[in-house]
Amino acid sequence: MKPVYINSIGSVSAQKTFDNKEFLNEIRDYNDTVIHVIDPNYKEYIPPAAARRMARGIKMSTVSSKNALTEAGIENVDAIIVGTGLGCIGDSERFVSDIIKNDEQFLTPTRFIQSSHNTVAGQIALGLGCKGHNFTFVHSAVSFESSLIDAKMMLQNNEADTVLVGGVDELVEHHVTTHRLIGHIKKEPVTSKDLLQSKTEGMVMGEGSHFFVLSNKKSNSCYAQLLAVKTFNTLAKDQVQQKIIALLEKQEMTIKDIDLVILGNNGDVNYDDYYEQLSASLLKNTSQAYYKHLSGEYDTATGFAFWLANKILKTQNIPESVQLNTVEPSKLQTILVYNQYRGENHSLTLIQKC
Amino acid sequence: MSELKQELKEKIIEQLNLEDVSVDEIANDDPLFGEGLGLDSIDALELIVMLDKDYGIRLADPKEGRKIFESIDTMAAYIAANRTN
Repeated sequence: MKPVYINSIGSVSAQKTFDNKEFLNEIRDYNDTVIHVIDPNYKEYIPPAAARRMARGIKMSTVSSKNALTEAGIENVDAIIVGTGLGCIGDSERFVSDIIKNDEQFLTPTRFIQSSHNTVAGQIALGLGCKGHNFTFVHSAVSFESSLIDAKMMLQNNEADTVLVGGVDELVEHHVTTHRLIGHIKKEPVTSKDLLQSKTEGMVMGEGSHFFVLSNKKSNSCYAQLLAVKTFNTLAKDQVQQKIIALLEKQEMTIKDIDLVILGNNGDVNYDDYYEQLSASLLKNTSQAYYKHLSGEYDTATGFAFWLANKILKTQNIPESVQLNTVEPSKLQTILVYNQYRGENHSLTLIQKC
Repeated sequence: MSELKQELKEKIIEQLNLEDVSVDEIANDDPLFGEGLGLDSIDALELIVMLDKDYGIRLADPKEGRKIFESIDTMAAYIAANRTN
């Protein structure tokens, strides 16, 4: 099977990640329960006539996918695969609200067009004129990883040479309101730096869009090689360690081969122990990083983790703002990303410097 | 009639998210589609819904829209003659 390389990246997040020349040089600190992306100047990327009908998720994804394509030095791809928890939920909400408000009359087309989950993948394909494989994976906190798995299989089996893979989710009012009602968002604002010490229930909700060009041909811009992606719908706390060991064994590795682990701690007192027990046992002597204090929590937040892992391997630098422990890695060759959300939808992603 | 034209320009800008266009930039006889304001077929559907919702005019034949939506002048004249609310 062919190797899979991550040849370029593009990101729009609650940090200034849309500029690929920078790497968390300035950290935006928050003291809130919900954090939005730092908007790039969309007009630099999208003609006004096209932008006027775009939902936020589409705008973010247009920027991040364009940045990824530009960095890879290509204008089109063989396939576009997007992971999203809720798609363009903003327009879905408005469309349904209009149905209620107008007694099922006067429904306009724009919101309907954008009210499906696969709008982002479709809009990117229309923009590029890409008539290849176009898929959207909707699977809660493993939506992004599901896309990675699909792309990896296509590239390994020579069904495509280049694939644009991404994850996107947008924040909208009603979605936030319902998550507050069910107690999934923290009741009190918490500063970014204190997120893991908050010891309260719930998360700080965020949004973002992260795109990557994956290929079975290594380019000059290559960041890393994608070795493995594995997802699990449910895992007991004591099973996570076994799954990590099993994934590494399949790669003929042990935990000693992992130079850095990026963990998905989100400050939820009820679920962070999935990470904490690993930090104190299997990963005790491994350098650890975290990121949701910078990105917020959302279904495709692991797109930010994947972006971070690639950046770390390329720059050979772990920014101080993401360091979770004081273990210094002797080299930065191999990074493992582990994530779960509320004890479900676990994912393990392994990448290696190319 | 001039009030209706002003109202139509405001509604079109708001409804169709024409963020970079101001009321003053739309002349009453500017073509709305094609070279003028550059509206497209999805906008035409939005305008048909707007006629129904805001002026009580239901177009039996969407092809009629081609003439009605030529410009602000033609829209205003059609609405003034056919509005039910």
